[in-house]
Amino acid sequence: MQIQTDFLEEARRQAEICNACRYCEGYCSVFPALHAERAFSDGDLTQLANLCHNCRGCYYACQYTAPHEFDLNLPQALANVRQDSWEELAFPRAAGKAFQKNGVLIAIVTVIGFALLFWAARALSSAGGEGFYAVLSHNAMVAIFLPAFLFPLFSIAVSLRRYWRRVDAGPFEPAHLVKALKQAANMRNLKGGHGDGCNFEDEDRFTHARRAVHQAVMYGFLLCFASTSVATVMHYVFNMPAPYGLLSLPKLLGVSGGLLLVVGCFEMIRLKLRSDRSLGATAAFGGEMAFVGLLGFVGFSGLALYALGQTTVMPTLLAIHLGAVLAFFLLTPFSKMAHGFYRLAALTAEAGRKG
Amino acid sequence: MTSPDIAIIGGGNAALCAAITAVEAGARVLILETAPKSYRGGNSRHTRNFRCMHHGPLGPLVDSYTEEEYLADLMKVTGGKTDEGLARLAIRTSEECLPWMEEHGVRFQPSLSGTLSLARTNAFFLGGGKSLVNAYYRTAEKLGVQVEYEAAVTHLELDEDRVTRIDYTQNGQMHTIAPKSVVVASGGFQADTDWLARAWGPAAKNFLIRGTPYNRGVVLADLLDQGIEQVGDPTQCHAVAIDGRAPKFDGGIVTRLDCVPFSIVVNKDAQRFYDEGEDVWPKRYAIWGRLVAAQPDQVGYVIIDAKSLELFMPSVFPPIKADTLEELADKMGLPADALVQTVSEFNDACGDTSGFHPTELDGVTTTGLNPPKTNWARPITEPPFYGYSLRTGVTFTYLGLKVDEHAQCSVGNRPVTNLWAAGETMAGSILGQGYLAGFGMTIGTVFGRIAGKEAAAHANSN
Ligand SMILES: Cc1cc2nc3c(=O)[nH]c(=O)nc-3n(C[C@H](O)[C@H](O)[C@H](O)COP(=O)(O)OP(=O)(O)OC[C@H]3O[C@@H](n4cnc5c(N)ncnc54)[C@H](O)[C@@H]3O)c2cc1C
Ligand code: SF4
Ligand code: SF4
Repeated sequence: MQIQTDFLEEARRQAEICNACRYCEGYCSVFPALHAERAFSDGDLTQLANLCHNCRGCYYACQYTAPHEFDLNLPQALANVRQDSWEELAFPRAAGKAFQKNGVLIAIVTVIGFALLFWAARALSSAGGEGFYAVLSHNAMVAIFLPAFLFPLFSIAVSLRRYWRRVDAGPFEPAHLVKALKQAANMRNLKGGHGDGCNFEDEDRFTHARRAVHQAVMYGFLLCFASTSVATVMHYVFNMPAPYGLLSLPKLLGVSGGLLLVVGCFEMIRLKLRSDRSLGATAAFGGEMAFVGLLGFVGFSGLALYALGQTTVMPTLLAIHLGAVLAFFLLTPFSKMAHGFYRLAALTAEAGRKG
Repeated sequence: MTSPDIAIIGGGNAALCAAITAVEAGARVLILETAPKSYRGGNSRHTRNFRCMHHGPLGPLVDSYTEEEYLADLMKVTGGKTDEGLARLAIRTSEECLPWMEEHGVRFQPSLSGTLSLARTNAFFLGGGKSLVNAYYRTAEKLGVQVEYEAAVTHLELDEDRVTRIDYTQNGQMHTIAPKSVVVASGGFQADTDWLARAWGPAAKNFLIRGTPYNRGVVLADLLDQGIEQVGDPTQCHAVAIDGRAPKFDGGIVTRLDCVPFSIVVNKDAQRFYDEGEDVWPKRYAIWGRLVAAQPDQVGYVIIDAKSLELFMPSVFPPIKADTLEELADKMGLPADALVQTVSEFNDACGDTSGFHPTELDGVTTTGLNPPKTNWARPITEPPFYGYSLRTGVTFTYLGLKVDEHAQCSVGNRPVTNLWAAGETMAGSILGQGYLAGFGMTIGTVFGRIAGKEAAAHANSN
């Protein structure tokens, strides 16, 4: 388990300069954690890297950025370590290595997802089913999606365990997780230390754009997820199988979530395109963009399915939507999606360190 | 812009405060900054705090800090060499500056770790001085101030009591403008080491410059040559002892070393030369710059042992480390025998160390040693041993333009009708020597705003 040493060396060099400076102490939770150390182990750096959410405040505020010989670019240094940590800690590792940075591979997996679903629809269609289940029987859906859902969960659990060991966090305590969840829920750190937001799409201007967009993506995703969960409960517990009416809970959650997700992903891509790539992990830019695109497409195809569910294109749309969902689930541990889990782990570990 | 109403020379804190004030008063303002955009902001980009009077809690500041207390602090560090009228003006106005700074985009934060002693007196910038400079540029440009980078002012043409034109070069081309009012905010001359050497003697060639390489005093020299009233002693500069491995320019805050009180400091002959335990940082921080400047080759060496390593703020470059004093001497280029002897004499002079207290004057002293170490005197015995080299780091110079309470310059006994100065370039009008942490930004903010206001009033009525 060896994160590229040159990334670690560079992050260590910069962290030592920051530790003698401390001007950025108020921006985010990275700096208080950094200033608590005198020397930085690989685990410390991995933890710092996962506490950083690349708001870039500390880059634009830094008096030592290039052309200064100290050549500070902490957002980039931490992004490289962070990106590498997600690859190294992934289970299976090879999948992390393959997908994190590779937008083309993500697209290929998505297309394979489509193909698989088309094939399934043709081979496993059920004569008796209603609505979507006429295209693909309920049992077939479960047979495909249950493993596709459980495997990523298992994979992430393994990764988080690896993370916990690597950063040498203390015993796990639920109270620390609760604290971390609270911070994540309102993305406190994305407000910057002063509440003016972060620097992203327009050099040193502070805005709330990135936080707002990220909130839209996260809550959009959570609403869609809630929609599916509610539907599952309705199906199994209350014996109320799909299709559901317009004002049913799954539809309300799904449509609002889908809209948030599409708008959020679209805006996120626009922000990313305007941002300075050299302040992030440049190598991962394509992979990140492809992943955001895929997530947005999941939302979009879901909405399309909702709008055109009663028409003849429904079976095609269903296969496309489910194909995208399948790709998304399977890629979760190996794509930018993993960052949410690592970040939560980092915040939890930090809460523990502070006692 | 053909000719603006007001030209402001410099692009640091004082210049920006003047520009914002002037543009808000309705004038067309041009900033001429000699640095490229990436290095804009002069020494202001290296700062971290602003000293501010206040009656009761204000922004990040707790408690209160009165005019009299502030003035007394200032008098103490300058040994009374202070223009009391201008000092009081700066101190009194500082209170209204803090909310003004916030309104114009500056953000403050609670005191940084390691500087809690300043929580009452100094307001710290979130992100440091460069974030302050960025915020001011954003605000100024939004208000319509035009900014030219890499625009080096070379000459101000003085006709009796009026500046008639400004010459500057940009991209190898000469430009001339004739603004109605001119504000000089281009700092001191410390980055011109030839000038420093003329004032200080050749030793100054070995000094490091803590801040921007662009403050070369070009405009200052040009104006003084034309008889503009000067103030301050050219041989005076504020200097501290910094890490000897720091870059020649722009090393900034990270090159400071806080370990002197826990060390012995020797010169290149491995001889001690001053009481390392005289006082706590930051009070005695400044004298070591001069002490080191007076040693052969303008260099000093700090020696500590393992038990003191974690008692001070981490250094930007790791210390030189060795298992024996001989090896340390070797690595640092010191005569080994002499170092061993100096350390053993020091160790023999140490007494009871049970009262050692790293953050207070603990009275743990040597006996019979010359020079003595009067606090924190613990023998240097525990390997590994660590060392740092020390050099003189110049913060700023005191020679400057003499101004009155309107920040206006004068020639002979008359004011120059359209010339004002703010910031480091006129700080000598207030401080004759010494320095109080956070006062540089106070002077720049207070007098920058005054200069901007006066310059705009003049431009608007002409
Ligand atoms: C490392 C360091 C830390 C410091 N920390 C603090 C602190 O925490 N608090 C505090 O109060 N003070 C601090 N000071 C002192 C403080 O930096 C100064 O008092 C203050 O910044 C002066 O502001 P100014 O605008 O006058 O000069 P500067 O900010 O130096 O601006 C001068 C400007 O003039 C430009 N210029 C120079 N020559 C020309 C020319 N010929 N043509 C056009 N432009 C020109 C320069 O490029 C620069 O932009 C610190 C200084 C240093 C070096
Ligand atoms: S990023 Fe730059 S300004 Fe911020 S703490 Fe690090 S060295 Fe200091
Ligand atoms: S980029 Fe933002 S979150 Fe990351 S270290 Fe810098 S200030 Fe903190």
